[in-house]
Amino acid sequence: MTEPSLSQQKFLAQEQRHKVQVRVCRVMLLVLFLALWELCAELDLIDSFIFSSPSKIWACFVKMSKDKTVFLHLGVTLLETLVSFLLVAVIGVGAAVALWASRGLSQVLEPYLVMLNSLPKSALAPLLIVWLGNNMRTIIVAAVSVAVFGSILTLHTGFMQTDPDKIRLIRSLGGTKRDVLTKVLIPSSVPLIVSNMKVNVGLCLVGVIIGEFLSAKAGLGYLIIYASQVFKMDLLVMSIVILCILSTVLYQVIAELEKRFL
Amino acid sequence: MKTKLEVKNLCYSYHTLEGETQALADITFDVKDGEFFAIVGPSGCGKSTLLSLLCGLIEPESGQILIDGTVREKSHTAMGYMLQKDHLFEWRTIFSNVALGLEIQNRLDEEAKGELLGMLDTYGLSQFRDAKPSQLSGGMRQRAALIRTLALKPDILLLDEPFSALDYQTRLEVCDDISTIIRTRKKTAILITHDLSEAISVADRILVLSSRPGRVKSVLPVPFAQEYDRPLLRRNAPEFSSYFNQLWKELKTHD
Repeated sequence: MTEPSLSQQKFLAQEQRHKVQVRVCRVMLLVLFLALWELCAELDLIDSFIFSSPSKIWACFVKMSKDKTVFLHLGVTLLETLVSFLLVAVIGVGAAVALWASRGLSQVLEPYLVMLNSLPKSALAPLLIVWLGNNMRTIIVAAVSVAVFGSILTLHTGFMQTDPDKIRLIRSLGGTKRDVLTKVLIPSSVPLIVSNMKVNVGLCLVGVIIGEFLSAKAGLGYLIIYASQVFKMDLLVMSIVILCILSTVLYQVIAELEKRFL
Repeated sequence: MKTKLEVKNLCYSYHTLEGETQALADITFDVKDGEFFAIVGPSGCGKSTLLSLLCGLIEPESGQILIDGTVREKSHTAMGYMLQKDHLFEWRTIFSNVALGLEIQNRLDEEAKGELLGMLDTYGLSQFRDAKPSQLSGGMRQRAALIRTLALKPDILLLDEPFSALDYQTRLEVCDDISTIIRTRKKTAILITHDLSEAISVADRILVLSSRPGRVKSVLPVPFAQEYDRPLLRRNAPEFSSYFNQLWKELKTHD
């Protein structure tokens, strides 16, 4: 390979410098925010009993790591999120395929799905507690209800946009509707399904936290509610920070899968 | 030569809530065994509808389609259909793309795989058997689409403007290429096109359809001397332009 020209080298160097600048600024923003928070708390400019402070949050985390309780709560929330996420993926794809296969069924169900999708699902949670009891099942059902209707609608809309000529091709080769499903619809919808999963994992987490607020003995949502009731603000903010990290990690895992397989 | 396909008084209409649109009215023609038959007509005259009817994707409202003398539904003659675009699936390799038809019909055994590999070899695609469609040029993709169609061993090939998505230069080459392959394999072929010179360069006879609803205006034989046996050569033949003018006039006249 030949050496890139001088102007190309200059361009590459410029791009590189820009990338570094962005990265430095990102880190600086976080550091500055934490430092300012800590400083204000130290100087009593803000009440650290109400606003907590980075050092107190860290101390809280260290203490809870030692007796492993933080991992128990994190684990419970993670488990509930993953189970509800898998359920949403299976129910979402299954129902969307059923709606695609039957024009009548999709026309009959459409208004109900739209209604259920726009209904604020937090309203369902108290109902679910009465029906299903004060347990993990309630939380998982609540989480599924948050994500599943939107997922069905999005996937169904995507499925209906399958290139009609590709369907013609399968039919002209003697294929049935089943062949259209397995040879065209599902493979061509993989990118759509994965991008829908990225949305779903976040929504499931929302549902899990709503569920834990109302009916739980463990989990990050439970920790948040408990901490606010007993005014342990360090614990509350720490739970929120862990939640931030958890949601980012879950999203990134799916994004990474997408990059690797698509 | 014996008659392969007979179409008698075929009619078809599309129904929507806004009303009924007659697409084809009283279509009658026949195609001989091994003949290359072209159908031309203005856009929207029901050319593609006619192919869908022949292929059995839709049922005629009235009229008959006979293949080797038996009605289409009862005939076991295989039809191969080539669409405007190649529609190779990007998530499959070239080999599994050309094997699609056999796979759907559960006929993909070792022998069939061997035949497919042979065909890929004959048509210069063997080194691309594990490649993705996007790695192939437009011409090669169309060849792969042809192999996918030929793999089912059809007696009649239905070509629905299979070259129209290609740029002009590629189009001439691919048209030359594909029609030569079809002629050497002695297949009966029906080509739909709106490109008059394309029709003249490949066909033995050309059917002219009127605008909607499509009716048969005329059937024009376009014989060429023996030395003009390929589409690209035919374009240079002295008869070519007179056929073109004849066809042009035929399309222009309103009845």
